Amino acid sequence: MRPSPARLLNILVPVKRAVDYAVKIRVNPQQTGIDTNVKHSMNPFDEIAVEEAVRLREKLKSSIESIKLVSIGPSKCSETLRTGLAMGADSAIHIETPDSAPAPEPLGVAKALRQIIAKQEGGVDIVILGKQAIDDDAGQTGQMLAGLLGWSQATFASKVDIDVEKKEATVLREIDGGSEEIRCRLPVIITTDLRLNEPRYASLPNIMKAKKKPIEKLTPEQLGVDLAPRLQTIKVSEPPKRVGGAKVENVDQLIEKLKEAGFTAA
Amino acid sequence: MSLDGFTESQIQVREAIDSICCKYPNEYWAQKDMEGSYPSDLHRDLAAGGWLGICMPEKYGGSNLGISEATVMLQTIAESGAGIAGAQSIHANVYASTFFWTFATEDQRNRWLPPIISGSQRACFGVTEPNIGLDTLKLQTRATRQGDNYIVNGKKIWISSAQVAQKMVLLARTTPLDQLDNPSKGLSLFFPDIKEEDGVTPKKGVDLQRISKMGGRAIDANQAMLILRLFRQVFFDDFEIPVADRIGAEGEGFKQILHGMNAERCLLAGEALGIGLAALRRAARYASERVVFGRPIGQNQAIQHPLAQSWIDLEAAKLLTYSAAKAYDDHAAVKGSSNTDVGARCNAAKYFAAEVAFKACERAVMTHGGMGYSADFHVERYMREVFVPRIAPVSREMILNFISQKVLGLPKSY
Repeated sequence: MRPSPARLLNILVPVKRAVDYAVKIRVNPQQTGIDTNVKHSMNPFDEIAVEEAVRLREKLKSSIESIKLVSIGPSKCSETLRTGLAMGADSAIHIETPDSAPAPEPLGVAKALRQIIAKQEGGVDIVILGKQAIDDDAGQTGQMLAGLLGWSQATFASKVDIDVEKKEATVLREIDGGSEEIRCRLPVIITTDLRLNEPRYASLPNIMKAKKKPIEKLTPEQLGVDLAPRLQTIKVSEPPKRVGGAKVENVDQLIEKLKEAGFTAA
Repeated sequence: MSLDGFTESQIQVREAIDSICCKYPNEYWAQKDMEGSYPSDLHRDLAAGGWLGICMPEKYGGSNLGISEATVMLQTIAESGAGIAGAQSIHANVYASTFFWTFATEDQRNRWLPPIISGSQRACFGVTEPNIGLDTLKLQTRATRQGDNYIVNGKKIWISSAQVAQKMVLLARTTPLDQLDNPSKGLSLFFPDIKEEDGVTPKKGVDLQRISKMGGRAIDANQAMLILRLFRQVFFDDFEIPVADRIGAEGEGFKQILHGMNAERCLLAGEALGIGLAALRRAARYASERVVFGRPIGQNQAIQHPLAQSWIDLEAAKLLTYSAAKAYDDHAAVKGSSNTDVGARCNAAKYFAAEVAFKACERAVMTHGGMGYSADFHVERYMREVFVPRIAPVSREMILNFISQKVLGLPKSY
């Protein structure tokens, strides 16, 4: 048991560099993936995670000891980390992979994060990450990480409260048909939903300050993790083009058409 | 637009400004244009993000970046669809700032810079006069010293944002021309309040008048209202300025103003580039969507080739603009000095970017056909606004005169 009064909390925010949400996605001619030679930015759900970490500090002040970011990927991930540092994180870790390396899968990422957490001398109390990345929509990393560590998990969070004294997190989750409030002990893995907050714009002075914040570089080898994909992508294709519909005169005709198409019982 | 060769800072500025401008789509600017109202929301957001202090020293709340980054900022604003109107809402604050921290005293900097950076006060820029134009050394607005004040009488014209500005960078004559051996020593630079403390009422002796401009005709009086609103004429009638609001020594005004001119050329080149790229993007989109005779009009080379040419032109303008901005920044380290090479390149960038942006806007309107004439497609707004960088702050002809004389060594023609 940790001694009371509460030790200062350390927050880790894993972030992913993904194709920008505004970019029109195109499948590459070989149909092995999408054209990645386009604008990238921080996965929007991870932006929400960074924002939440910064808001927790604004609320809990000095109870938050540190906010550290971590990203896995090629050299350009450092730009994504700078964005998060400009939003208010203190430092970052970049697990650098070669530009040619395939994108790691959720299990590989979760294992790498477990190693990162083990390496943190002050420990990690709260991990906040996006519920999914908008590129592969896997939505697994947070849950896998909680499983690997045996920690509490609060997924799809739309509201987060931390009780520093009791070392508890109260999280409102978005579920089918409403919301669910859960309370869990720290350390905890929290994954963010869209409505948790609205991320801030980095101000120019903070962008300038972020240039001086440290980014520690590591390799998967140094962490002793194998990021090689376990899954094989057979084919990537665009959704079929939408074909135009037809107009019907009245409800009877509509029902008839639906029957013809086999959508209702004859 | 490829960002190849841009510095990390420039890319960060572009991305950050882009995300702010996303909140203000073309429809917002069309509305502002129609109403003739100042885009105070964008100004507020940019001020809150510290962007107005982009070129100012950190000591006063700025971020100490160069014109290379400020140009990216203004290009990105213009390119978002905000056009020249959006860029001009903060333009004067960026380039007027180059005077202060170079020539102002520590006391003046402490008084002036923080409110401008925080956005609580805005500055406008009063150099041009109705009877003088580009012959700056003949300026007639007179500032006569009386004890601790100067009494100013005269007229200034084309003062962007005069209605919302608290302060004006004012160039006025402190020594009559006939008493001067060196005609460049007769002007002085001031930074007075032109409004009372309420920020609305003009100070005693200051009269602001709107100028009808570009489209202020019976056909559609709304069309150019933003431009109507942005540009003003200012009359001074025994307007008193405290001596403490003079920048630098008396008679040094002309030299000081030249210092900021090259920076402004770069900013306007960036703004032109931005509006040109915005027009081209809309043209390409329309050309691939608009179907006539069973196929998109953009499938016809007569439509696509002019647009491709404009892309090439704008790409070249980008290189010229950012190489000039870099030259300016590299040279600005040498305090207050002038350099013909930097001047020529900043002017060339302004000239070229404005001309190719104009061509891109015109082609965008023509690509849209009848729709291009409608305000709903935004390109007609770009078309009206792209005249600003073509005309201001210096005419094409004067740029050609300068390059002929100073770079090519030809005899002075005027």
